[in-house]
Amino acid sequence: MDSKLLIAKSEPLWNTNNRVMFLIGSLIILLFALPLFGLNSFYLHLFIMIFMHAVMAQSWNVIAGFSGQISLGHGAFFGIGAYATSFFYIEYGISPWVSMPFGILISGIFAILIGIPMLRLSGHYFAIATLLIGISFQVVFQRWDLVGAASGLWVPMTSEDSWTALQFHRSKVPYYYIFLIFFIISFFIVWLLSRSKLGYRLRAVRDDPQAALSLCINVSNYKIIAYVISAMIMAPMGSLFAQYILIIDPDRVFNIEISIIVLLITVLGGIGNVWGPIIGAAILIPISEYSRIYLGGTGGAVDLILYGLILMVICIFRPDGLISFVPKDILERKKQR
Amino acid sequence: MKILSVENLSRSFGGIKANDNISFEVEEGTILGVIGPNGAGKSTLFDLITGYTKADNGKVEFFNKSIFGLTPDKISNLGVGRTFQKLKPFTDQTLLENVMIGSFVKEKDIKKARDKALEIIDFVDLIEKRHHFARELSTGQRKRLEMARAMAIEPKLLLMDEVTGGVDQKTIPGLVELIKKLKKSGVTIITIEHNINIIMEISNNVLALDQGKSIAFGSPKEIQNNKQVIDSYLGTFDAA
Amino acid sequence: MTSEIILQAIVTGLMMGLIYALIAAGLSLIFGLMDIVNFAHGEHLMLSMFSSFWLWSLFGLDPIFSIPITILLMAFCGVITHYFLIRYILKAKMLIQICATFGLSIFIRSIAQLLWTPDFRNINKPLLEGRLEIGSVFIGQPQLIASLVCLIAFIGLYLFVTKTETGLALQATAQDRHAAEILGIPSNKMFAIGWAIGLGCVGVAGGMMANYFFIFTDVGINFALFAFVAVALGGFGSIIGCLYAGIIIGLVESLGGLLIDPSFKLLYVFVIYLLVVIYRPQGLFGRY
Repeated sequence: MDSKLLIAKSEPLWNTNNRVMFLIGSLIILLFALPLFGLNSFYLHLFIMIFMHAVMAQSWNVIAGFSGQISLGHGAFFGIGAYATSFFYIEYGISPWVSMPFGILISGIFAILIGIPMLRLSGHYFAIATLLIGISFQVVFQRWDLVGAASGLWVPMTSEDSWTALQFHRSKVPYYYIFLIFFIISFFIVWLLSRSKLGYRLRAVRDDPQAALSLCINVSNYKIIAYVISAMIMAPMGSLFAQYILIIDPDRVFNIEISIIVLLITVLGGIGNVWGPIIGAAILIPISEYSRIYLGGTGGAVDLILYGLILMVICIFRPDGLISFVPKDILERKKQR
Repeated sequence: MKILSVENLSRSFGGIKANDNISFEVEEGTILGVIGPNGAGKSTLFDLITGYTKADNGKVEFFNKSIFGLTPDKISNLGVGRTFQKLKPFTDQTLLENVMIGSFVKEKDIKKARDKALEIIDFVDLIEKRHHFARELSTGQRKRLEMARAMAIEPKLLLMDEVTGGVDQKTIPGLVELIKKLKKSGVTIITIEHNINIIMEISNNVLALDQGKSIAFGSPKEIQNNKQVIDSYLGTFDAA
Repeated sequence: MTSEIILQAIVTGLMMGLIYALIAAGLSLIFGLMDIVNFAHGEHLMLSMFSSFWLWSLFGLDPIFSIPITILLMAFCGVITHYFLIRYILKAKMLIQICATFGLSIFIRSIAQLLWTPDFRNINKPLLEGRLEIGSVFIGQPQLIASLVCLIAFIGLYLFVTKTETGLALQATAQDRHAAEILGIPSNKMFAIGWAIGLGCVGVAGGMMANYFFIFTDVGINFALFAFVAVALGGFGSIIGCLYAGIIIGLVESLGGLLIDPSFKLLYVFVIYLLVVIYRPQGLFGRY
């Protein structure tokens, strides 16, 4: 009996598959090298969209997958980030790099303000509340003259490419690298989170809040922490997006479609798993971008038809997401004896 | 030393008095058995003590300090652990992870917490199943999971709700041994049980409930011979 | 701001409230039965309004006459929804259930947009039109009839659930599905009936509103949100609660729009929702 215990104690905490680590490392190097092979504008845009949506989905994954609270209005934090950097640049000429942390902070604060009354609510109540919040943001910003109301904000274009103003006109390559770096950093943060005590406790909160209470876990506080982290990961994506397209308005950045797509990507890839959002984004974004090209004007509606359909199909047949197709021994944390 | 004292604890749901003026005390290091027919209010009593349900009135003191009205996480932080009648394992996590979440309470370092969890899992004899997901375990194993998980927070008082319920006969002696081991390590235990033989074997005192009221409190021998208890619950009792 | 204008707002709010109540009742029935919130409820309402519209536009059927068809269509829609989607997610985690009906709502709305474009439609010169003048208050005839029909349907629903055998069977299934099964009440059938009735209610509301409301693919979103709030306010699982809640929401929407600002109606209702879930989570008559 003793020897079994000793063997168990000598096991590493995490079962990290070396082959997978090598694969991921190679992939990262490849991604950094890609533009050097002369990707054209479309492919750069495609990757940028994949990186951005992967991070957005990961943000949703933290609150929904890790702590079990379904937010149907997550686009709100995206919009906050977008408006924060744009507004301060237009009004005061502050570089987006400086105002981005500010946007992150505001998002975090809103998460706390919304979270404290809302996260006490059980699943359905909270989901409905987030739906209302998401739409409320859109309604309020549509009528808020200070930030351009329905017309939104138009970020003045700099004449040259500018790192301080975070604007590049000649080529998308700088955007590519910026988004890539944010993508890697965000994933690293969430990866660390999933292996930390906080991550364990969040999963406990997700799986059985009552049992978690009996283990000294203040469920409400932890839900709020997850919500805040989630909001703070989302906000920079809004900021970067604003710098990428230089025109933002409530319909573009507070759109319910944003909330829909982050949900879909995560559920498709695998909710509650660090790799889910990447897989989901890598599959869904190309489909979305290509359908936009080939289906033109009706592309928008067809996109959504597909999203709705995929979502329902996944929920029925593969609720654990596509990652459940990956054999168990490759994934971390799972070792069957 | 008194570890727990409960005074006039009451709670009604709608028109039904689930717990009606229940009072008792538990000495440190002892085992209190709680018996009673279904619906007598035993689990409700646990919920009231551990803060899952707000009592209408009464007093609950843990080491002479009131814990009445505290939230469950605060109460567990003070050293009160519990299991649940309707088992609540973290189904999407492994046995080890389940217990680790408990051991995080006292151990800050993840690796050390993991090792502590392993020791407890070994204590409940489930070390081979440590990487199995909770949903893959049998009922008996899940009961031991909950015990292990609750033990991981190193409680001074452990409330166990029907640990032998739904478990097949041959696993029961193992569970009983476990409870005895726990008591020897200094944990005070309150256990709700339907299995009278077990209660009589391990308890220092027994609290008998019926229809929300406490109808008897005393040593196993006294309870065994208590007419009210026999009428309401034991029926014909075969001495162990 | 005369008292007449306020009275007008109150009457309008009251009438709208009865319609909200019926829509919410359908939602509440479904939730009470199987713990699933139909996030596509608004889209189902939209479908019923379009049903009225197309029956009028293609076949010249006035809404008053096509309502029975709309109701049957929606009831059928309910059964289909249960059979092809809900059945499979009954045992799934809440998260998945929410995502599934949410996906359904996206699906229905975007197919509608593809087939019918997002253009606004309305029914020209329905049989039900015109205004009544009662005292100093102007009441649109179609609005009044719609509200009364919804009220009658609501009462009918209430009587059905509480007095008929099927209704009681539904209640039994709602309270304890397994116990009901043991007593010989097949859950699956009850669920299908629940969906049929739930969406049938929506059919009544939408069919009647088609007389005077603009019909477009996004029309369901606001109604759905108000219905969610109504169900929470009334108490999840309580049909009677929907009546009170619906009326309250109708009044708040109307008076808030009048006294403060019409463009923030959603926010006023949202504030109600906040207050309810924080201070009285079980709602007015709820089970929780």
